[in-house]
Amino acid sequence: MDVFRTRKGAELMTTTKPYAVLAEFEDVTSVMSAAERIRDEGFLHWDVHSPMPIHGINVQMGLRPTILPWITLVHGLAGLMLGLVLVWWINARTVEGVPTVFQGYEYLVSGKPLFSLPANIPILFETTVLLAAIGTLLGMIGLNKLPMLHNPLFKSERFRRATDDRFFVVIEADDPKFETESVRELLAVLGATAIEVIDDG
Amino acid sequence: MSTLDARTRFVAPSGYQYAQINDPRMRVPLVLGDNNFTTVTDKVTSLALQRTPTAWYIAFSISLTLLSLLLVTLAYLLTTGVGVWGNNNTVSWGFPIINFVFWVGIGHAGTLISAILFLLRQNWRTGINRFAEAMTIFAVICAGLFPAVHVGRIWLVLWLAPIPTTQAVWPQARSPLLWDLFAISTYATVSLLFWYMGMIPDLATLRDRAKNRLPQMLYGFFAMGWTGSNRHWFRFERAYLLLAALATPLVLSVHSVVSFDFATSLVPGWHTTIFPPYFVAGAVFGGFAMVLTLAIPARQWFGLQDLITPRHIENMAKIMLGTGLIVAYAYSVEFFTAWYSGHHYEQFVFMNRPMGPYWWAFFLMVFCNIVAPQVLWIRSVRANVWFVFAVAIFVNIGMWFERFVIVVTSLHRDYLPSSWAMFKPTWVDLGMLVGSFGLFFTLFLLFCRFLPMVAMAEVKTVMPQAHGESGSHRKDFQPDPDTPHQLRRGHWWT
Repeated sequence: MDVFRTRKGAELMTTTKPYAVLAEFEDVTSVMSAAERIRDEGFLHWDVHSPMPIHGINVQMGLRPTILPWITLVHGLAGLMLGLVLVWWINARTVEGVPTVFQGYEYLVSGKPLFSLPANIPILFETTVLLAAIGTLLGMIGLNKLPMLHNPLFKSERFRRATDDRFFVVIEADDPKFETESVRELLAVLGATAIEVIDDG
Repeated sequence: MSTLDARTRFVAPSGYQYAQINDPRMRVPLVLGDNNFTTVTDKVTSLALQRTPTAWYIAFSISLTLLSLLLVTLAYLLTTGVGVWGNNNTVSWGFPIINFVFWVGIGHAGTLISAILFLLRQNWRTGINRFAEAMTIFAVICAGLFPAVHVGRIWLVLWLAPIPTTQAVWPQARSPLLWDLFAISTYATVSLLFWYMGMIPDLATLRDRAKNRLPQMLYGFFAMGWTGSNRHWFRFERAYLLLAALATPLVLSVHSVVSFDFATSLVPGWHTTIFPPYFVAGAVFGGFAMVLTLAIPARQWFGLQDLITPRHIENMAKIMLGTGLIVAYAYSVEFFTAWYSGHHYEQFVFMNRPMGPYWWAFFLMVFCNIVAPQVLWIRSVRANVWFVFAVAIFVNIGMWFERFVIVVTSLHRDYLPSSWAMFKPTWVDLGMLVGSFGLFFTLFLLFCRFLPMVAMAEVKTVMPQAHGESGSHRKDFQPDPDTPHQLRRGHWWT
């Protein structure tokens, strides 16, 4: 933290750059109406933090649907294809020239066909679900840009209640419309019970 | 004695009467007492962050003792050979496979609660899903142990998996044994992912409440920097919904595949088409019995009566009663099919169950699984948690004996009377059964001590405070489908 001196000589404690303005709200209703107003003001880099998901706030925040279901679908199809190739190779195919370790093995049982789909469905189902589930979790984590173990917000003692019982609106300094004082005023008007400027870094 | 009657009359707002408990317009709240977000956080986090209570040490040392019994019997088994079990040429599956099916069955309730009840919008699942999921994972760990040691040469157990080896022979993908390997390992993985993902926000709560550096760092590491951002919550809930949709067919498939191990064989008593639904219903039945066995003492010891309410217990008791009736139906259909088939061997096997030398196991199974749960028809019995607990214990015993009856009575008298034999478990068999409970309870006690026992974030969503001023109506823990399309932030992917 650097110490600057204004022209009039007053000491001003500040950093070179704020990271965000943090506003605390007491309940869901007030934070939802605040979110609606901030959306309409045209802010882009802002967020609402709450101890549990607030249902319907995606409308107030103007969130777009997520592409996560498509990630799940792609992973599921990949799992299906992987399973299909696996069971076909290990039981129904031998190709000249493949090293022994990787060579497929043709199981000829009572003259039945080497490959038949019905008997292999259990394994295809399991590989589909397995890859789809892994893709869903990793997709969610990735789209949320987690893990993010360092976050300037964690410097705020007050912000710890975001995972407990309080609701926070955070407007980031990256936002084109960000201007510390006007943002503070806006949040105060919206009924924030506490407002804090978080330093960057 | 905390009956439903007493608690609701004491804490619920006026208008909630005992008789109205099943009236959808007048349901007892899911969180009782004078609770808000703060007190819910306090109650659950204090269990993980407080000084370790003496009672926990006592319970933990008992389960460690049982676990060491498992380790000793395992060491003896691996150094000596599978001859230390009572398995013989006739009853080649014996205790290891009985225990495997028993534990896998128990491992169904957790994912059923977290996935199927989620899709069915049963909001009461929020109070119990976390430790039911934990129970699932620990039960699957116990289950996986038995087939692994049952192969005899455990150092070759990797041959079960389709891995490249110099033998140039792969597992047979059309065999239920390979299906089983895929089913169990997928189920274990997906359950673990589901459990962990649901726990991320609660781990963040523990991180923010922890006072000491080490817990802060450990919880913080596993919470991955969760801040409760609603942009994150939005995707989190979508991921939860997707995982629930994936886990729902999965949970039904696992015990179906386990039943294929039996049903695709030609052994009379096993070779039946009713096995998959019968096994799944039995698994849910036994799984809920184990959830109740754990939940009823746990809510008492950990002071969670406001979060795991008599309504939760009653709902689980009803599921147990319902699935128990399906199991009873399956028992009778098996007998009918054996009679109707006109197949001598099939008929012999089924008559051998109640009339043969293992009649006592059969009737113990019938008493525990069919007769005992019928008391749950009576509302006052369901409302008394300790009665429900007693029934759950009966069901646990009954479901173990169900697998005993299926495995042992079908095998011990086969086509050739000269090879008929009785099955006598040895001390190693019994030690491993008891020891597996040691493993289960050791893991469960570690979970109770260090992890959030109740899904705090999910419980908060079903509290009236979570729904703005309207508070009177409950919404579901699912993303709102009508999201407007205006882009406010970020890239085309969100």
